[in-house]
Amino acid sequence: MSFDIALTYRAGEGTRNCTIRSDAKLVAITGPSGIGKTTLLNCIAGLHRPSVGHVRIGGTVLFDSAAGIDLPPERRRAGYVFQDLRLFPHRTVSANLAYGERADGGWMTRAEALEFLGITDLARRHPATLSGGEGKRVAIGRALLAAPKFLLLDEPLTSLDPARAEEILRLIERIRDELKLPTLLVSHAAAEVERLAGEVVVLG
Amino acid sequence: MTAWPTPNEWGIVALSLKVSLLAVALTLPVAYALAWLLARRRFPGRIFLDAAVHLPLVLPPVVTGWVLLLLFGRTGPLGHWLEATTGLVLVFRWTGAALAAAVMALPLMVRAMRLSIEAVDRKLVGAARTLGATPWRAFLTITLPLSLPGVLAATMLGFARSLGEFGATITFASNIPGETRTLPLAIYTGLQVPGAEAAVTRLAIISVLLSVAALLASELLVRRSHGRRAHVL
Repeated sequence: MSFDIALTYRAGEGTRNCTIRSDAKLVAITGPSGIGKTTLLNCIAGLHRPSVGHVRIGGTVLFDSAAGIDLPPERRRAGYVFQDLRLFPHRTVSANLAYGERADGGWMTRAEALEFLGITDLARRHPATLSGGEGKRVAIGRALLAAPKFLLLDEPLTSLDPARAEEILRLIERIRDELKLPTLLVSHAAAEVERLAGEVVVLG
Repeated sequence: MTAWPTPNEWGIVALSLKVSLLAVALTLPVAYALAWLLARRRFPGRIFLDAAVHLPLVLPPVVTGWVLLLLFGRTGPLGHWLEATTGLVLVFRWTGAALAAAVMALPLMVRAMRLSIEAVDRKLVGAARTLGATPWRAFLTITLPLSLPGVLAATMLGFARSLGEFGATITFASNIPGETRTLPLAIYTGLQVPGAEAAVTRLAIISVLLSVAALLASELLVRRSHGRRAHVL
């Protein structure tokens, strides 16, 4: 099973419950703003501690309150593309990409990633000088080069022009179909969810 | 008008620089650790640690010097222990003057560093962790470099504060020519002697020049590091 997640967690004012059990490679999470979609991704990445529950992705237990398992984020191998990107401002694009780069299990080299994402010319730039779309592509590249076991994409297509959005959509499809990386996609866009997701979970 | 600085004045300046450099070197890692703790951790007793760090800023310096004397005097608990284990005596020595300056500079340095650590977005540290960084690596590669401008500013501030340290020094380390008589103490001593106005004036001018140089150096360093943050590396 790709995803076996059952969590109770605090988000904003209240407590949320979420259950995802799916064999789909790409599961979309939708729901109204403020319902705790990003907090759910943070729980899965290990950046926010849930109250109770378990997270199993691709057979690996990342969190299980009953068994006392709580892997630190650096051992969860999440490829997390944050909605606010979180590129490191003091490092060039190239150094951002290199930050989590792993030799083992990587499916593309840094040069290939730069080429594929169309950011080769940006390698020496600093994040502050990038447009929203450029930054988004760098963030996706940085997550992929860390050779993740699964992906967490938080609104990956916002602030992209239609042409770039289409490219990123194709990239996500390729990751889903060729790499078969389990992927959780948080999105508001119905068309995007319709096209990509094997299963849709609605929070709220 | 004699050339300057005279050997005697140069000796005073050299001693002041030596004391201040050691004071800042001692304080730097301690201040950063305290600043990080106060900025990033919530623990019982945090408010008391915060208050203790700030105490030298609000106490009369002579009281700080007296407390140091009680603790680090040869019969004081820490002073006795230091002498027994390492043979090191601080009281009435230039190293003691450095300790007094370090304690007085600590709150200023912690405040400057704490602000710069708080300004580092914790979400960046989280991002680094998801990319495989241990907490220690995330600290070294994200928090530390991004808080560096504050560290530099704190260092220069602490250095300037150490150069001017008077009350705690004269209480704890006394006013011994060539050993603990730093610039402010030499100026004070000159003021006690009739007819030494010229000497006092010269030392005061040196003191002003040193302080201005320290301020300018700090400004330059911070500008350079901000520039690096935005463009190089």
